Amino acid sequence: MTRIFVPIDSTALSLDAEEVAEALAQGLQRKGAQAEIVRNGSRGLFWLEPLVEVETPAGRVGYGPVTPADVPGLLAANFLEGGEHPLRLGLVEEIPYLKRQQRLTFARCGIVDPLSLSDYEAHGGYRGLAKALTLEPAAIVEAVTVSGLRGRGGAGFPTGIKWKTVLGAASDQKYIVCNADEGDSGTFADRLLLEGDPFVLIEGMTIAGVAVGATQGFVYIRSEYPHSFRTFKQAVQIARDEGKLGRRILGSPHDFDIEVRLGAGAYICGEETSLLESLEGKRGVIRFKPPLPALQGLFGKPTVVNNLITLATVPFILSEGAETYRDFGMGRSRGTLPVQLAGNVKYGGLVELAFGVTLDTLINDFGGGTRSGRPLRAVQIGGPLGAYLPVSLLGLPMDYEALAAKRGMLGHGGMVLFDDSVDMARQARFAMEFCALESCGKCTPCRIGSTRGVEVLDRIIAGRDPDKQTALLRDLCEVMTDGSLCALGGLTPLPVLSALEHFPEDFKRPVPAAAE
Amino acid sequence: MGVMPWSAARAAELIEQYRSQAGPCLPILHALQEEFGHVPSEAVPMVAEALNLSRAEVHGVVSFYHEFRRTPPGRHVLKLCRAEACQSVGTDRLAAEVKAHFGIGFHETTADGKLTLEPVFCLGNCACGPAAMLDDRVLGRVDLKKIEQHLARHVAEERKA
Repeated sequence: MTRIFVPIDSTALSLDAEEVAEALAQGLQRKGAQAEIVRNGSRGLFWLEPLVEVETPAGRVGYGPVTPADVPGLLAANFLEGGEHPLRLGLVEEIPYLKRQQRLTFARCGIVDPLSLSDYEAHGGYRGLAKALTLEPAAIVEAVTVSGLRGRGGAGFPTGIKWKTVLGAASDQKYIVCNADEGDSGTFADRLLLEGDPFVLIEGMTIAGVAVGATQGFVYIRSEYPHSFRTFKQAVQIARDEGKLGRRILGSPHDFDIEVRLGAGAYICGEETSLLESLEGKRGVIRFKPPLPALQGLFGKPTVVNNLITLATVPFILSEGAETYRDFGMGRSRGTLPVQLAGNVKYGGLVELAFGVTLDTLINDFGGGTRSGRPLRAVQIGGPLGAYLPVSLLGLPMDYEALAAKRGMLGHGGMVLFDDSVDMARQARFAMEFCALESCGKCTPCRIGSTRGVEVLDRIIAGRDPDKQTALLRDLCEVMTDGSLCALGGLTPLPVLSALEHFPEDFKRPVPAAAE
Repeated sequence: MGVMPWSAARAAELIEQYRSQAGPCLPILHALQEEFGHVPSEAVPMVAEALNLSRAEVHGVVSFYHEFRRTPPGRHVLKLCRAEACQSVGTDRLAAEVKAHFGIGFHETTADGKLTLEPVFCLGNCACGPAAMLDDRVLGRVDLKKIEQHLARHVAEERKA
């Protein structure tokens, strides 16, 4: 029977994929045509969503973006055989945006039925865990270390070293915690995997559990992603029913299970220690480090806290080999980075490539520039705490150290494009406002500094004493950078100072003609 | 959306259902909000007693998280994304239009109780902004017209139910 794929990912659904699937089901029934509608994840080519694919002997042929009104025309054009139609995109795998990528972590995303374990295994799933079960824990940790994998949440800490610390800690109970609190604007890679390939996370966490001797995992998903939460919970239940979670997984002596938890709309809970507090049922106030969560984490026990992408990358490293993964990338940034093109972008979506690709390639070759068609003026990389970079720096490669050298931050790999209508003083003000709104309140530089920062920027925007106020702003940023306990207060100066450095003209407002 | 009237017996059931979990406070508060549309103040001492916490501690948790409401919302909730990716495609202008059209600000409900407007920071739909969420449904590339159309559909479904 012919298989038709209609994505069930949040972005596709936000563009009426559900209505398209319904129209297709009705149209097929009316025609008496035999076809199965599979609800896959998204491939992350968002300007083509809903991207409907039909399986043909030559491969999967795509049509998009499809609206419910297009469905009768598609059926009339014999699209079940891959027929000609103005929306026909040809073989999806041959679309240059996809073909040019190096998809390791996202290899299955958009291809498989996210809730089909047999689909997952038919596409290489559970080979990584099978391999891990033949190794000693220390050898699994060694493979992750050799691969060069670094935390994808922002700080870029080597994953193998974190695991080694937890492995070496003596305790009756250890935990694996997956940070799926993807709060940065411009990022959606975690969400794509939760909705498009959830078993890869389950497998990655299980490998981590076997590696460090943890029997219990928690996945902390943000409440802004209700659809991801539902999908992932279903996936966990399916895995449990099939013996992939629980007692003696895959017939080995290891036990491992996962509990899925919902956040409650606090950005700070993406910080690992406040995430742990939140999981324990408290206010998401950060903890002072040390002790490291690796030694005293959840409920005081040794805990691996990793970002979702980090954990989802582990199955590939185990099944294909640490060296294979390490051979991608540049410098100390090894492997691939799933970049998310967002904001005012023509061809927005997910681009997974080896580290080292330039911003220019991503923004112009893949992204096609701005959606508005106006000139690009700024790009913010790494979420609300990331720097705003000007067009003159687009030659920079995606690499932790290269960006840091220009006082930028890679973060979770999100890139938000802005055209020339952007007001950078207002963006700087927003960074401070966001910090004020989301500060956990524990330390003074973050809690009070951000409120004062909004006030100072208001005076700059109003054209009052700009030179004096700008000096004050720099001073305030220095205090926040050096004095904050965690990255929220410590990095908020990054977008503020980068806006000031690269777009100084926006901070020199004309003094109002008449006061009041 | 949960709109059940307050029932201490039902609240006690929900608390009992989750209290044996490790770190049960957030799951309990979510369950209460799901049932009653908000976390009723009557429930706070019940949660405190069940978890051996002070009322102040539970209140502190409820008030810390943006997601928990202490008053019932309107029959429909519209969350508008205010974060950078949506700002770059005009969400500030859209927010002004939505506020003017419905005559409410953020965190407010229309006089007829139909709609509550809330800000949200990122729905993960950053390449197809401006993004919004009406009840549980994410909307992409929204404008006022699209919001009105979807709201009309949600209201019609509500009548049918």
